[in-house]
Amino acid sequence: MELVTFFGVAILAVASALGLVLRRNPIHGALFLVVNLGCVAVLYLLLGAEFLALAQIIIYAGAIMVLFVFAIMVLIPGKEETGPDPLRPQRLLAVPLGAVLLLEAVLVLRSHVVGGGSSRFPGHQPGSPLAAVPPAVRPGGIESVGRLLLGDYLFAFEVTSVLLLAALVGVLTLAKRKAE
Amino acid sequence: MVPETYYTMLSAILFSIGVVGVLVRRNPLVIFMSIELMLNAANLALVAFGARFGAADAQVLVFFVMTVAAAEVAVGLAIIVAIFRLRRRLSVDDLSLMRW
Repeated sequence: MELVTFFGVAILAVASALGLVLRRNPIHGALFLVVNLGCVAVLYLLLGAEFLALAQIIIYAGAIMVLFVFAIMVLIPGKEETGPDPLRPQRLLAVPLGAVLLLEAVLVLRSHVVGGGSSRFPGHQPGSPLAAVPPAVRPGGIESVGRLLLGDYLFAFEVTSVLLLAALVGVLTLAKRKAE
Repeated sequence: MVPETYYTMLSAILFSIGVVGVLVRRNPLVIFMSIELMLNAANLALVAFGARFGAADAQVLVFFVMTVAAAEVAVGLAIIVAIFRLRRRLSVDDLSLMRW
């Protein structure tokens, strides 16, 4: 059952990613990206990361994509990619290069260092690490994430708020019209 | 139980699609969205690895990545809007100089 869900969501995610890259209209691309982000949120749920699934929906699909759609609407797109393309041979080269990158990534992920097989971490049995632990104390639940976030990572958490403030001020400075 | 390798494979596929999107498209907004796609693929791989080793730290890391991505999107879109105001055109091929 889980496998069926995974493959359904995975196919949807890859299809929406292809839609983002292939469709000419940026609005369609943005909507495809929303679908893709939702798929990744479902995958987070399958991995047992409930907090991240919700954060993904709220931050990405909710906030960031609204910003994107807003920017696309403001900037009146649609005619930008129709003219002659001076760099067309280079762009065609990008597709085989992307395929090579995918091949390399798959090979690395299947190797023994990263993928299955013998683990370099002592005390870890490859196979079913999550199933062995009862769900109540399973690391990765929303409670342990909260404890880590406000415990071990408290300083980084606070610095994040400074980062967001800096981004806010920076955007105001960049987007301000010169009053002349 | 889905093996974690499946998640990392899916992440590799999504990342490669994002790379091709960045290289092929000419609209800076679509390039930006492809970068978001790559960020998401990396996040997915991170959560999958974290689940395999039973550690919640990966999720905290992904949370920080999301926050940085939000800040990055805000600043990036502001830059794109500023460029559009200056040039009235939106194509990355025009922006070959670091000055105007």
